[in-house]
Amino acid sequence: MQSKSQEKLICSHCGEDCGSDMISVGDNVFCCYGCRMVFGLLNENGLCDYYTLNKMPGINRRADVRKDKFSFLNDEKIKNRLVSFRNGTETHIQLYLPQIHCSSCLYLLENLRRLDKRIISSTLNFPRKEITIIFNENEISLRAVVELLCSIGYEPYISLNDMNREKPTVSRKLIYQLGVAGFCFANIMLLSFPEYLGLASAEKNLRNVFRSINLLLSLPVLFYSAQAFFSSAWKSLRNKFLNIDAPIAIAILVTFSRSVYEVVSGTGSGYFDSMSGIVFLMLAGRVLQEKTYQQLSFDRDFNSYFPIAVNVLKNGLDVPTPLPEIKPGDTLLIHNDELIPVDGILSRGKAFIDYSFVTGESLPVEKETGEMLYAGGKQTGSNIELLVIHEVSHSYLTKLWNREKKDDADVEKNNSFVHLLSRYFTYIVLLIAGIAACYWWVNDHSRILNAVTAVLIIACPCALLLSSSFTNGNILRILGRNHFYLRSAQTIEDIANVNHFVFDKTGTLTSTKRMDIVYEGDALTFKQQQCIGALAKQSNHPLSVALADYLPKSSQLTVSEFKETHGMGIQGFVDGRWIAIGSKKFAVPAADTAEDSTIVYVVLDHEMIGKFIFRYHYREDVDSLIDWLKSKYRLSVLSGDNAGEGKYLKKLFGPNTGIYFHQTPENKMNYIKTLNSHGDKIAMIGDGLNDAVALRESDVGIAITEDCNNFTPASDAILEAKQLHLLPAFIQLCRANKKIVMASFILSIVYNITGLYFAVQGNLSPLVAAILMPASSISILLITFGSSNLVAKSLRL
Amino acid sequence: MSVIILLLIASLSVSLIFLGAFIWSIKDKQYDDEFSPPMRILFDDASEAAKKTNDEMLLFKTEQEFNYEKF
Repeated sequence: MQSKSQEKLICSHCGEDCGSDMISVGDNVFCCYGCRMVFGLLNENGLCDYYTLNKMPGINRRADVRKDKFSFLNDEKIKNRLVSFRNGTETHIQLYLPQIHCSSCLYLLENLRRLDKRIISSTLNFPRKEITIIFNENEISLRAVVELLCSIGYEPYISLNDMNREKPTVSRKLIYQLGVAGFCFANIMLLSFPEYLGLASAEKNLRNVFRSINLLLSLPVLFYSAQAFFSSAWKSLRNKFLNIDAPIAIAILVTFSRSVYEVVSGTGSGYFDSMSGIVFLMLAGRVLQEKTYQQLSFDRDFNSYFPIAVNVLKNGLDVPTPLPEIKPGDTLLIHNDELIPVDGILSRGKAFIDYSFVTGESLPVEKETGEMLYAGGKQTGSNIELLVIHEVSHSYLTKLWNREKKDDADVEKNNSFVHLLSRYFTYIVLLIAGIAACYWWVNDHSRILNAVTAVLIIACPCALLLSSSFTNGNILRILGRNHFYLRSAQTIEDIANVNHFVFDKTGTLTSTKRMDIVYEGDALTFKQQQCIGALAKQSNHPLSVALADYLPKSSQLTVSEFKETHGMGIQGFVDGRWIAIGSKKFAVPAADTAEDSTIVYVVLDHEMIGKFIFRYHYREDVDSLIDWLKSKYRLSVLSGDNAGEGKYLKKLFGPNTGIYFHQTPENKMNYIKTLNSHGDKIAMIGDGLNDAVALRESDVGIAITEDCNNFTPASDAILEAKQLHLLPAFIQLCRANKKIVMASFILSIVYNITGLYFAVQGNLSPLVAAILMPASSISILLITFGSSNLVAKSLRL
Repeated sequence: MSVIILLLIASLSVSLIFLGAFIWSIKDKQYDDEFSPPMRILFDDASEAAKKTNDEMLLFKTEQEFNYEKF
């Protein structure tokens, strides 16, 4: 083949290769009419800054949105649910636009009113990828607004979840508490200086003023900022579980009461600065640790996958109906690429159901009229009609999902080692306080109270809490920077404790985007390859499409007498020769039909000459990842797919790994449960809804996603697929967490012993406390930050 | 003596104002979206600049026309 080495023509709108169907307008070339149209529209309205802000920012418009896709937005009930505010002239709606990615998007979407005068305004929340549009409903309908968005390439994602949405309110209380604590801390510190620096005792009045202002300033810290510690301590005591917040709450209370006593009785200045300082630092650690990723959701259930409405056929008309109102006996019209939301019987049309989402099977399954279709499948190809037999809430998938939800109370009780450690610590401190009390009871009654309170103040395990929250916060940040997002700090520890990794295959170890095709058999000439490609091009079967893509193309070849046998293969005359490609049963009817991998056989002139073997493309560095893991952990593979790659996987994982094929979501869940009952700590790594139940059941569920904008099932962690090979480093970092916390804790004990030396004597001066507490806190912060960053650096994260 | 008390009240109220400003900024969702606001400023400028150049060109044009008529 002779081909000129040509520079690839890139679409001016979306930046994709224009290929052969290029459209050129002036200096600009476009890959499709969709892109061209958007360009025209923006040009007309003077919005071409869209293209100058970023290079080729557009969203490819090759796949058009079906004309009536959003007809359900005319339904009053659905509209009421979606609209957030409405009066006679203004309607506000918030829509999720997953395509948003750059400042050009921001520019265009905030200038919607220039595209259509009837839109009053539009504002974007970039991290949430959410647009708020205000429009006048008397002039333009919601549907028209949504269709305008579609026409410029931003198709809103509207799911069943939007139907029963309660606006998630982001709690900012912690930040306010932090702010108040910081304010009080700084001022108390400032007002304490004069006394530390030796304010002349002659100025007794002034000293008293300073002291009482300090007392006043400490009130908001105690009653507002420290609330979190008190409520958590109270909760833990009621559950008969002593967590780390309990001794901290006691220490805060003791410090405060002793300080008040000192100020009121005029015996001392109290420890207000130490108290507010420690509350401030602990709150800061908490804020750092609980930083969430706005754009991610760790709690998705099936509702976010299902459409908000489907078309129900009534008297020959299709009526968009909200999903919860679907009843058994209704007939649904399902279009190409739509998700089947309920269990039903196929009543008309040729169904080609892609169950990869539910079962992990890689290839669409064919269904004939009268067969059962389960919810969660995606129709590919022409329209089908479906007779509903179960309501949405009773479908197989939904039931599976709703069964055995983990008890919320159980989740509440977290079992971090920090709590255990703090408990021992508390006992020791109480013991020391007791001994000091006994000693002074014998020697000097007046100093008992002083000594005991001083011990309790000095020895609160705040250093432990500080070191764990700051280390966790920093590790979460490092992991997030590497596109590994954890639900909470507890997940770090869970990952460190895992001893068994369970992998899903399709979509996790392999990429869903690429397929490897290998040819086995008699060598094909270039011409023959072209002929097979031309034949494959005639069919829409996913394997044919992949094959046509893989083989060299030729536009000269024509196919005659083309015939597609459903579920078997295709045949026809190409260039005067009869070629058939298809399944084994189709190509070699005599052979036994059991086959376990995805193979397309080629028959040329009634003779089987070879076969194409389809294999999913394994992600980069999967072998080194598995090598690392198998030397340290038990491993398992659960695949919903056929056993075609059994051999390869066996080789990859070694002999000690359980590899199971044809696993249903239920099988996967049961497998995890069995392992659990054997005491294994399991991390499940999966991607689709088929793994969702297993992800939930395991100790750590890690969802793999090609792109963070995609939807991931509910999980403890979300990992971007291209970072999978970094998993060993992530695990090591999580394991280092405990060591770092322990190291800084031991350091803090050294400080504590110094402090205790003064405390047991009953003469802990506020100055010593004021120096010791910040010094220990700051050095702990430095150690936690420094060492976790150092570990991350050595792991090349 | 009393001067220090006065100063004290002044400094406390100043810091209270800052605390108020901080809480206000959080309540106002200033930190929710750190990407869009700085971009928005640029957009407005850009379109105004474009308008300006258009106006200037218009001005230039009329001047030219004026000159043309003159000759």
